[in-house]
Amino acid sequence: MSSSRNPCFIRIRGVSKLFGDFVAIDDVSLDIAQGELFSILGGSGCGKTTLLRILAGFEQPTRGRVEIDGVDVTDIPAYDRPVNMMFQSYAIFPHMSVEKNISYGLRKDKVGSAEIAQRVDEVIELVQLGDFRKRDPDQLSGGQRQRVALARALIKRPKVLLLDEPLAALDKKLREHTQFELMNIQHELGITFVVVTHDQEEAMTLSTRIAVMNKGRLLQVGEPREIYEYPETRFVADFIGTINTFEGRVSSVDEQHIQVNCETAGGDLMAFNEHELKSGDKVCIAVRPEKIFISRDPPENSEDIRIRGTVDDLGYLGNLSLYRVRLESGKVILVSQQNRQRSAKRSIEWEEQIWVSWRPRSSIVLVN
Amino acid sequence: MASLIKKDTLWRHITVLVPYLWLLVFFLLPFGIILKISLAEPVLAQPPFSPTFDETGALSVNTDNFAFLFRDKLYALTYLKSVLMAAAATICCLLLGFPIAYGIARSDPRTRSLLLLLIVLPFWISFLLRVYAWMGLLGNYGVINNFLMWLGITAQPIQILYTDFAIFLGLAYSYLPFMILPLYATLERMDLDLVDAAMDLGASRTTAFWDITWPLARAGVIAGCMLVFIPAMGEYVIPYLLGGPDALLIGRVLFDEFYVNRDWPLASAVAIMLLVLLVVPIVVLQRNQARDEEQAI
Repeated sequence: MSSSRNPCFIRIRGVSKLFGDFVAIDDVSLDIAQGELFSILGGSGCGKTTLLRILAGFEQPTRGRVEIDGVDVTDIPAYDRPVNMMFQSYAIFPHMSVEKNISYGLRKDKVGSAEIAQRVDEVIELVQLGDFRKRDPDQLSGGQRQRVALARALIKRPKVLLLDEPLAALDKKLREHTQFELMNIQHELGITFVVVTHDQEEAMTLSTRIAVMNKGRLLQVGEPREIYEYPETRFVADFIGTINTFEGRVSSVDEQHIQVNCETAGGDLMAFNEHELKSGDKVCIAVRPEKIFISRDPPENSEDIRIRGTVDDLGYLGNLSLYRVRLESGKVILVSQQNRQRSAKRSIEWEEQIWVSWRPRSSIVLVN
Repeated sequence: MASLIKKDTLWRHITVLVPYLWLLVFFLLPFGIILKISLAEPVLAQPPFSPTFDETGALSVNTDNFAFLFRDKLYALTYLKSVLMAAAATICCLLLGFPIAYGIARSDPRTRSLLLLLIVLPFWISFLLRVYAWMGLLGNYGVINNFLMWLGITAQPIQILYTDFAIFLGLAYSYLPFMILPLYATLERMDLDLVDAAMDLGASRTTAFWDITWPLARAGVIAGCMLVFIPAMGEYVIPYLLGGPDALLIGRVLFDEFYVNRDWPLASAVAIMLLVLLVVPIVVLQRNQARDEEQAI
């Protein structure tokens, strides 16, 4: 299967959607490969659900085309598309039993009753709903309803399964469990999944690739690691995980490095010149909290970026300790440190004078 | 703490008691009185019916009034005509009301309250006045006939007022809001994703309507139909004002027996029969519904 994967299984070209004057989606182009578990990530109102509804066929794009498996589906109504959707509300038909809900799609396609029975059995086994097939939806828990919705969307063996916030309605424990189940099912069936979510953690663990959206625009598409370690915009850097930022201007440039003068850092910060910047350019240096080291003694490596500060606040989370460090400029940054040593005592205390340092490689340079 | 719980349960008892008390005082008691009168004999006295217990204290029950209802064909025909008229009005209200309620439920939330206001706006004008207004519209030289003659469609006025059709129009017009409001309430609560889900799974718009919207609106349809059918059955003012002199509907017969013939026992029997006619089908309907629901599981 993997050898014959089509990298442009879903091809979205220049899609825009306007509701009156409001631009819900602004010129989005995107390719999704066959068999991918692709996430569209963004805050509420960023257009991610609208994009999903365009793929499903519930909304017509104002401009642009959508192709699925080489067929232009832009003008094909929802009921004729090789696509099924799992709704955020699950949209379980309240007046039908679990079984009737699941078989609905096949019954509408006039599939023979023997085949319906067989395929219902298959899919019920897949989502482990065996004991509940005769039940009414109002007798099901949230997790069970989610399975019914999934089974109902899978039974027609769609080319693409769309999932709108599939885990948002579940509690934390169940969410983690279901997350891995979803990944297993996706792996087993090889169906292309397109997931819409606002939860960056969910997107990171689930997806082969992530698209980050804001205000109707596609900001960045990439693998979870790429998005996290190499964000291209301030929004993406902020949205995925936590990050410390320092505004400044490029003060000097050499072959590989740039020095950025940041007032809030109390001096120059070194970073790699990945954007061909010139002296005087306005940039932003961003560092993830876990990339920063914290120490009592001055760090030895002179290449590292070193800044003095005091511990404003600290939190012990078991596996991690979080520190809020006030730099001499007054700026407060967040540092996280793994608790590698088993110890009952804190190594660093409140109000203690410390050093923070990080490798130049860890500095993310954000332009504009 | 204990007194708090007591207070709580007491309060709960009181809140439950209020509707029961209401039913007792304003439904069961009057019903008992009507039942009692229906089993009496008409006399020329004040009140115009014989007492339930005669001078000797023996119970005197007279079932002649009910027997008469079955003997005289007029009553059966009147009941039948009332049923047909009310049914026609109910169907008309449903056909008009469903799309209206659907439209309001799916409209922009900002315009929704305005549209609902427009639906209940007629209630701000006296019911009687509105029926009188229909007389002005439907009369031989009323708005409609004048307009038709001005267009040259007809030279002579068409008789609309004082016909069964006028009664039908009046009933359908007056009771339409009672159909729209419960329908709106159920349709508005419906999750729109359900229809999308049905279409996503291969149902066309029409199929999705019959598979999802219609069955889920059933509670509203039944409530609306009852709210229209039941009062339309016993309606007195509309047939009296818009119908012809021979338009014998049960509400009118009832009124005539009470006030024109002063035969209170017979009038009471007519009222009891009307109630039986209405209650029995409703009970059967609800029974069937409960059974359907059990079978669906």
